[in-house]
Amino acid sequence: MLFKEVLYLVKKDLVLEWRQKYAFNGMLLYVSSTVFVCFLSFGMRSGVLDAPVWNALLWIILLFTSVNAIAKSFMQENRGRLLYFYSIVSPQGVILAKIVYNTLLMLVLALICFVFYALVLGNPVDDIPMFLLSLVLGAIGFSTSLTMISGIASKASNNGTLMAVLSFPVIVPMLLMLIKISKNAMDGLERSSSLDELLTLLAINMIVVTVSYILFPYLWRS
Amino acid sequence: MKNNWWKILAVLLLVFTVVAGMLSDVPRLAILNETIRNLYFHVPMWFGMILILFVSVVYSIKYLRNPTVKNDVIAYEAAKVGILFGVLGIITGMEWARFTWGEYWSNDPKQNASAIGLLIYFAYIVLRSSFNEQQQRARISAVYNVFAFAALIPLLFILPRLTDSLHPGNGGNPGFNSYDMDSSLRIVFYPAVLGWTLLGIWIVNVKSRLEILRQRLYENA
Repeated sequence: MLFKEVLYLVKKDLVLEWRQKYAFNGMLLYVSSTVFVCFLSFGMRSGVLDAPVWNALLWIILLFTSVNAIAKSFMQENRGRLLYFYSIVSPQGVILAKIVYNTLLMLVLALICFVFYALVLGNPVDDIPMFLLSLVLGAIGFSTSLTMISGIASKASNNGTLMAVLSFPVIVPMLLMLIKISKNAMDGLERSSSLDELLTLLAINMIVVTVSYILFPYLWRS
Repeated sequence: MKNNWWKILAVLLLVFTVVAGMLSDVPRLAILNETIRNLYFHVPMWFGMILILFVSVVYSIKYLRNPTVKNDVIAYEAAKVGILFGVLGIITGMEWARFTWGEYWSNDPKQNASAIGLLIYFAYIVLRSSFNEQQQRARISAVYNVFAFAALIPLLFILPRLTDSLHPGNGGNPGFNSYDMDSSLRIVFYPAVLGWTLLGIWIVNVKSRLEILRQRLYENA
């Protein structure tokens, strides 16, 4: 029952996205212009970035992209539609569907961002599969925690600022793990050396999804 | 008087902590020297912070189950006192780090984690101030409080253990357990933890009673 609801809501979000293409194209442009700005401001002088700078820059771009992309997830719904959902589906279905949809969106955006970034600023990654795994985990992690935060922020008046203020501290632990995993992948270290971080990341994701699942009904009611 | 025994206990314990903490014999260790006395002031701040933030989360959960003004006020005041303890913990830690590690801020994982932890709770305060309507503010900030506490646990207890740190108890540095031999530290340490935590609970108690009275006054005025 819940599964069907989630499936249906995700489908609805995807169809809406496909019809409007507003959020996705906007984010695509956001990603590409940010990468290009980075290229212009860093790449002109020497041409090659240090590995840590390259890595940190990519994750900062991804972080801002995801904050901007996911902030929309509850704001774009108008009042009437929310009221309609309220009467026909369960809140758990709504939050899970939003998480799934945002994860799909972030996966696509993160991969496009990485490809474009690597094209423009060079690709020093040694262990590409591992790096892609860290990107995938990052997309999942960002979207799980940011979905709940955007739900909270959408209830407040000045939600743009609030979104950043609320989400950055919560996301920092995740970001630290991700930067470490992707740095290991760039240097081509043994995969077992990132195992601890991978497991912790998965555990944090589990905690966040569970807490969102439990708490969202209370948020939904107001 | 019957209900106030714990306040007297708090005062006595804190007097004992300050007097004994400054005057009692401590083990002579290299580098640490007399700064080891910070154990009575810095470490209890973190114990107190975690306990008081836990109280705040418990009252937030209680608010979600049973929305009363009292639960909301206690959750808010406890979070504020938790922040106070956290700030004091960071300050005492930085002062200590200046004399043992050589710098106020040496980019240690524990220092960074505690700074981020404080940012999470500052965000809680900002979130609260962005609502005008009392019930909505209470419910949404309760939701964020629980969410933030869940995010704080890995930050404070898991992440610093994955990385090397200069902090005692990490990366091969002597932690609390290696002072086992010296029970003179423990004689002061346990009362200190209890005393500071009781003081925190006392502050929460007074402040939330004041706040509830103030709201009642506004309602009737």
